[in-house]
Amino acid sequence: MARKRIVTARINGCEQSFLCEPRQTLLEVLRDELGMTGTKEGCSNGNCGACTVALNGRPVVSCLVLAVECDGTEIQTVEGLADKERLAPLQQCFLEQAALQCGICTPGFLVSASCLLKENAEPTEEEIRFYLAGNLCRCTGYDKIVKAVQAAAAAD
Amino acid sequence: MARTSKTKTPRYKVIGTRPIRHDGADKVTGRARYGADTTLTGCLEGFILRSPHAHAKIRSIDASEALATPGVHAVLTSADLPAQGDRVVELGEGAAIMKHLRANILADEKVLYRGHPVAAVAADNRHIAEEAARKIKVDYEPLPAVMDVRAAMRPEAALLHPDIYTDEFGERINSQPSNVAKRFFYEVGTPDEAFQKAKVVVEKEFQTATVHQGYIEPHTSTALWHGDGHVTLWTSTQGSFTARQQVAELLHIPQTNIKVVPMEIGGGFGGKISVYEQPVAVLLSKKSGRPVRVTMSRTDVFESTGPTPGSAIRVKLGADARGRIVAADAWLAYEAGAFPGSPINPGCMCIFSCYDVPNARVEGFDVVVNKPRTSAYRAPGSTNAAFAVESVVEEVARQLGLDPLEFRLKNAAKEGTRRVDGVVYPRVGLVECLEAIRDSDHWKAPIGPRTQRQANGHSRLPKYAVPHAQRGRGVACGFWFNVGFKSSVTVTVNPDGKVSLVEGSTDIGGTRTSIAMQLAETLGIAAEDVNPVIADTDGVGYTDVTGGSRVTHTTGAAAHMAGLKIRDLMRERAAVIWECDPAAVRYEDGTILGPGGEKLSFQELAAKSLHNGEPIAATASISMDTCGGSFGAHVVDVEVDPDTGKVEILRYTAVQDAGTAIHPSYVEGQMQGGVAQGVGWALNEEYWYDESGMMRNSTYLDYRIPTCFDLPEIETIIVEVPNPVHPYGVRGVGEVPICPPPAAIAAAIHDAVAVRMTELPMSPPRLLAAILDKRD
Repeated sequence: MARKRIVTARINGCEQSFLCEPRQTLLEVLRDELGMTGTKEGCSNGNCGACTVALNGRPVVSCLVLAVECDGTEIQTVEGLADKERLAPLQQCFLEQAALQCGICTPGFLVSASCLLKENAEPTEEEIRFYLAGNLCRCTGYDKIVKAVQAAAAAD
Repeated sequence: MARTSKTKTPRYKVIGTRPIRHDGADKVTGRARYGADTTLTGCLEGFILRSPHAHAKIRSIDASEALATPGVHAVLTSADLPAQGDRVVELGEGAAIMKHLRANILADEKVLYRGHPVAAVAADNRHIAEEAARKIKVDYEPLPAVMDVRAAMRPEAALLHPDIYTDEFGERINSQPSNVAKRFFYEVGTPDEAFQKAKVVVEKEFQTATVHQGYIEPHTSTALWHGDGHVTLWTSTQGSFTARQQVAELLHIPQTNIKVVPMEIGGGFGGKISVYEQPVAVLLSKKSGRPVRVTMSRTDVFESTGPTPGSAIRVKLGADARGRIVAADAWLAYEAGAFPGSPINPGCMCIFSCYDVPNARVEGFDVVVNKPRTSAYRAPGSTNAAFAVESVVEEVARQLGLDPLEFRLKNAAKEGTRRVDGVVYPRVGLVECLEAIRDSDHWKAPIGPRTQRQANGHSRLPKYAVPHAQRGRGVACGFWFNVGFKSSVTVTVNPDGKVSLVEGSTDIGGTRTSIAMQLAETLGIAAEDVNPVIADTDGVGYTDVTGGSRVTHTTGAAAHMAGLKIRDLMRERAAVIWECDPAAVRYEDGTILGPGGEKLSFQELAAKSLHNGEPIAATASISMDTCGGSFGAHVVDVEVDPDTGKVEILRYTAVQDAGTAIHPSYVEGQMQGGVAQGVGWALNEEYWYDESGMMRNSTYLDYRIPTCFDLPEIETIIVEVPNPVHPYGVRGVGEVPICPPPAAIAAAIHDAVAVRMTELPMSPPRLLAAILDKRD
C-alpha cells in the first residue's frame, strides 16, 4: 500500500490538512475522512453529478478527483453555501419552488447551479438546462429545479 | 400550473396551499442524513462478491485466502444463512417464497444472473474488502443463459429452477418443471362472439425492454449486532417494518430484537422494498463483532437490484360502427428475472382498466429468466400494458375515422364500470382527465413550435434545425390501483401550542409535509405548527411500505384520525376548566368553544394542558382495504428526425386526478417525475445484454436516463374528483404518471412519420430502422 500523503486545502473557507492514500478520491476523503457527508455518492464514476463540488470555482465530480490532487486548492461543498444559518437565495428558491423530492441529488445541483450563476447571472432556460445536464435527478423531472434556478437568478 | 377542481368552494385552509417542506432546510444544506451517512465508531466496510456468469452451478467456494488477508474481519457465504425449507411468508406487499429470497441474498447451489451475490467480506475499509473478496475462489460450471421471455417459455429452454411448476391460482397445471412460474386468466362476457360482430378488429404484438428504477442513491445499510441478540440496522428503505420482518424471517431473529432505523432515502420507486444487503450487513456484524456498512456500487445496483420486467404482449381490440369497444383480448408474458414474482397479475388486471369493455379475456404468464429478480417500479406492470393497449386503441380509432381523444372519451371507464378482474369502480375521474386534455391550451394549440426555451437558445451553442423534421401529437391514458394498507401515527400536543407528529412512513418526496398538512387541517392550526418526525421501528406503530401511492392517502388518513382524537381530548380538557359537559364543548377551526360563550384557542388550551391533567397525546392506527384507483391522461408533441430516428419532446402536458391535492407542488412534482421516467422508458432506457447474459451498459453513462437537457417543461393539470373513501378525498398520485408516456409518445411518432412502433425503447436505431423499412 502506498504511503499516505498530507494534503492541505481550503474547504468552505477554512484551511484543512488531512492524510490520505493516493488512491482515495476527494469524495471518499470528504465523506469518510472529514465527515462531510453533505456531498453524496450516486455512481462513483462521474456520471450522475451527485458528488459535485466546486474546485477552484469550477464544478467537478469529486468521485473523479483524487484527493492528493487537491493540495493548495479551494473547495466548496454544499455545506459551504449558506451564510451561517441564513440560507443562500438559491437554497431558499429550491425550497420555495419544491425543487427536490428525495433530495439525494440536491447538494450536487446546488453546487452546480451556484457555479452557473457566478459565471452567468442571467442564464436562459436553455443555458440552465445545458449547464445542469451533468446532474441527474430521477424524482422531479427537473422542471421545478430549473424554475428554482431561474427564481434565484431573478432574486440576485 | 392549472388545477381543475370538481368541488366548488375552497373548503380547506391548509390543504391546497404550498408550505415549505419541514425537512427542507436540512436537505438543501447537506445536513440530512441518508443511508450511507451513518457513522459509528469502529465501523467496517462490507463488499459483496458477485457472479460473473448469468447462469452457472457453484461447485465450490474457497474463501481461506480472503479470510487470511490483513484487515479482513469476516467472510460470509450462503452457508451462513439459515435454511428456509418451503416457507411462504406474507411480507407486507405480497407473499415471498423464503428460499428464493434467501438465494437472492447469497446464491447457494446456482447463480442465476450476472451480479448475483455469492460471498461477502467485512474489512477495515472498502478497498481492503474488495481486494480480499477478489481472492475468494469460486468454481463455476457455466450453464446456458435464458435471456428472453419468449425463449424461456419454450419447452426446450434451459431450466432455471428444477422445482418450479406452472401454478394457476394455487393449482399446479403442468407435470414438467418449467420457467413459467404462474399463469393468470381472467374473462368477462363472451369475447369470441363479440369479435365476430365488431366492425373493426386490430391485433398487435409488443415488446418492452428491461428497465431500472434508477434512484440516484445506491442501496446501503449499516448494521450493529449488539451481542445480546439484538440488532440495529440503519438503512435506506421504503419500509422500515418490512425490512425488519424480512431480516427477521431470513435470519431467524425475533422481529422485536431488530430495530430498523430508516435513514433519509435517496429515491426508491418500488426498488427499495425487498432486502438485499441488509441481512449481509447484519451477519457480517455478528461475525466480526463490529458495526458494518455495506454500500452497493452503481453497477451492483443495475446488475442485481430493481429492474422492472421486459415483456411480450399481444392485444386485440374490436369496436362497433358507433365507436364502442365491444371486445378485448390480451396475452402478456413478463420476465420475473431469476425468481418468480413479476407484476404480471397487476398487468393483467389493469390492461383494460381505462375502458368500459363488456367482453374481455386476459391471459398472463410469470416467467423466470437469467436476469436480476425484478421488483416493483412505479405502477408495476401497468406501463408495459398501457403501451400495448393504448397503441391498439389509437389504431382502432384511426381505422374508424374517429379522433383518438373522442374515442377514448366514448369508451372511458367510469363509476360502475366493471374491470376484467371483476372489480366495479367507485367514483373515478378518467372522463374528467380526458376532458381536461380536450380543454387544455396544449390540445387547442398547433403542434410544436420549437419551445420558447429553444427559441431563446444558448449563448454558446449554435441554433440548429433538423432539416426534414416531422412533428406529431399523441395522447394516452393510464391507471393504477393504488393501495391502502396499514399506517400508524402518534400526535402530542406541546405547551407552546404546536404538535409533534411521529409517523412510520419513510419520506421519499415530501410526505412529511403532506401528512402534517392533513393533521393541521384537522386541528385548525398552521402546517408549520406541526413537527413531523419519522420514527424507527421501536418508535411508532406498524406501518407498511412507502409505495402503492399510499402514504399521503393512508398515513394522511391516520393523521386525520389522530387529529380527531386530539380534538376530543381538547374538548374534554376545556370541559374540566369550564366545569361543563364535554358534549357541550365545540371544536371549530382551532378554537374550543364552551356552552356559555367561553372560548380558548388551540394554543391557549395547549399552554394550560400540562397544568390541569394528563398530557394530551393520541395514537391512531389504520388499515384501509380500498383506496379507489387513480387515472391520468397525457398529451405530447414530438419532433422526429427521419434521418437519424431521434425523437425530441417539444411539449408535454400531464393531467392527473389527484382526488384532493394536499400540496399541489408535490402533486405536480410526482406528475413531472413520472413523466420523466416514462419518457426515459419510451425513448432510451434498456438493459443491453450480450449473448452470454452480460449486461453491457451498467453505468449511468450507457444506461441513459433523461437529463434536464433532454426534457422540456412538463406542464401539469391537476383534476380533483374527491376520493369517496378518504376523509379529505385524497387519491394517490405517485404511480399513474409513468404509465401513459410510452404510448403517448408512440402515438405522436406515428402522427409524425406514420410508423407504428411496437417495441420499447423507441431509440434512434429502432425508430430509424422502422422508418427505413417503411420507405422500402
